[in-house]
Amino acid sequence: MTAIMKRELSAYFKSPIGYVFIAVSFLFSGFFFWYFALAVGSTDISFVFLGMFYVYMIFVPVLTMRLMADENKQRTDQLLLTAPLGLMRLVAGKFLSAYIVFMLGDVVMLLYGVVLSFFAAVNWAIILGNFVALALIGAIFVSAGLFVSTLTESQMVAAIGSIALNAALALINVLASVVPIQAVSDVIKQLSVFDRYYEFTTGIFSLGGVIFFVSAVVIFLFLTVRVLERRRWA
Amino acid sequence: MIEVRHLTKSYGPKKAVNDISFTAEDGQVLGFLGPNGAGKSTTMNMLTGYISSTEGQAFINGVDILEDPIKAKSFIGYLPEQPPLYFDMTVDEYLSFVYSLKKCRLPKKSHLAEICDIVKLNDVRGRLIKNLSKGYKQRVGFAQALVGNPKVLILDEPTVGLDPKQIIEIRTLIKRLGKNHTVILSSHILPEVQAVCDRIVVINKGRIVANDNADSLARNLSADHKLVMHIEGSTDEIKKILDSITDVERVFVGRQIDERVYEYHVEAKEGADVRRDIFRKLAARNYPIIMMRSNELSLEEVFLKLTTGDEYGGAEKIETKFDRLEKGENNK
Repeated sequence: MTAIMKRELSAYFKSPIGYVFIAVSFLFSGFFFWYFALAVGSTDISFVFLGMFYVYMIFVPVLTMRLMADENKQRTDQLLLTAPLGLMRLVAGKFLSAYIVFMLGDVVMLLYGVVLSFFAAVNWAIILGNFVALALIGAIFVSAGLFVSTLTESQMVAAIGSIALNAALALINVLASVVPIQAVSDVIKQLSVFDRYYEFTTGIFSLGGVIFFVSAVVIFLFLTVRVLERRRWA
Repeated sequence: MIEVRHLTKSYGPKKAVNDISFTAEDGQVLGFLGPNGAGKSTTMNMLTGYISSTEGQAFINGVDILEDPIKAKSFIGYLPEQPPLYFDMTVDEYLSFVYSLKKCRLPKKSHLAEICDIVKLNDVRGRLIKNLSKGYKQRVGFAQALVGNPKVLILDEPTVGLDPKQIIEIRTLIKRLGKNHTVILSSHILPEVQAVCDRIVVINKGRIVANDNADSLARNLSADHKLVMHIEGSTDEIKKILDSITDVERVFVGRQIDERVYEYHVEAKEGADVRRDIFRKLAARNYPIIMMRSNELSLEEVFLKLTTGDEYGGAEKIETKFDRLEKGENNK
C-alpha cells in the first residue's frame, strides 16, 4: 500500500497536476476569503468554505481522473494486478495519495482562521466544523473519482463522469423537494450529502454525520475493488 | 513448477482458451507457440492471475492461482506483451517501486544492481523510461519480472521489437535463467522457440495441437524417405534411371533450376534409404547431382501443418492467386 501511495504522490508532483490542484485551491479560497471576509470586514468565513465545496466538486476529479484510467490505458494495471498485493491495499494506496494532495490544498483554510484571529475574535467551533466538513466531503469526492476512474481508460471520460457523480451527490437534496411521495422524499433527504455538510458548518460536530461520510467513502472504495475484481471474472 | 489442468476461458459463447492442460517442470523452458490470436496471452494472463479462468485450474508451485492468489503471485515474475512501465519514472525509481510492490526481502541495492547487470541496464539507470528506446524499454520490463528472484518466469513475446543483436542477447539470457527457474515463453517465431525451449506446446484457436520437445516434434511429422534433388542432364534419361532403382516408388520431375538442371522428387518405400544407390547409378552415367536433401519438414512447416492442417499453410494458395493476378486472370 505504501509503495502505491508513494508512487502516486511522486507522480502528482512530477506532472503539473499536483501543483495545479494546490494552486487552484489557494487561488479560489484566497479569492473567497477576500470577497466574503476581508472586503466586507466579517469574521464569518462559512461562505469561503461553501464556495470551496463547489470548487472541489469540479476540481477534485482533475486530481483523481488519472488514478486508474491511466493504468488501464498504459496496461500498467497488469503489473499491479499480478503483483502479490490485495486489491483493497491497492485501492487504499491510490485513495490516500489523492487525498493527501487534496488536504495539502485544503489545509490553507485553517490559516485564514488564524489570520482573522489577529484582527477579531473568531468562532473556532464554526471554522473547525467547516474545515472538518470540507475534509470529509473531499474524501467522498476523491473516492467517487477513483471509482469512476476505474471504469474507463480515458482520463477525460473519468473527469467528466466524476464531476457528474459529484454534482449528483451534492445536489440530491434538490430532488427531495420535487418528489411528490413523502416516503421517497424522506429517504432522499437522508441521503443528502449537502444536508449533512450543512450541519457541520453551523459548528455542530455530529458523530452520525462523520459515520455517514466515512460510510460513503468506504462504499465507493468497496465498489472500486469490485470493479477491479469483476474485470478479472469478465 | 507450473501445472495447468483443463484451463478454459470463455468470452460469451466464444472460447478463447479451450480445455488446455500442460506441465512445466522446474528448470525447464517451455515454449508456447501459436499464430496471433491463438490464446497465448489469454493463457498467460490466467496463469498470472490477471484474469480468471472460466473452468479448470492453474497451480504455481502447487498453489492454485484462484485459491490463494497472493501467495501464487509471489512466485511469479511476469513480462506482459506490452511491458507495464511508468514513463514518468527513471529506471531506478521504477525498479525500486516494483521491489516494494512485490514486498521483496532481498538486499535492495545489490539485488537491483545484479538485475541491471544481467539485463544490461547499467548505462540507463538514471534515465526516464519514456526517453528510452524500445529495446531498452523491453529490458526494463524484463528486469521488472526478475525483481524478487521469482521461481517462475512468464514471458509474453519477450523479443518483440528488438534488433537481432538484442534478440540473441535476450535468448541467451532466457536460456541461462531457465537453468534455475521455470520459464514459460510465448512466441509466434519458430526459430526462437526452437533455439531456447526444452519443450514446445503448440496452441491454435485456443486448443493444444502438439506438446512435445522440439526435435521429436519435427521428426514425428516429417517424412525422411522422401528426397528432393537437383540433377543435371536429360530429364527422360534421369527419370528412367531413378525409376529403375529398387525401393523407389515414385519420381516426379519438378521445375527447372538452371540450364539442363531440373528438380526431382523421389519417394521411396517407408524406411528405405536409396541415397547411395542413386549416387552410384547417376555417377556411372555421368549425371552430376547438384543438390540432394531429404524432405524433412522444418519446424516452420510442422507448425503450419499443425495449425492449418496443410504443409504450406495457405501460402501456396496465396502464391497461386498471385500467379493468376500476374496472368490477368484475377476476375475468375
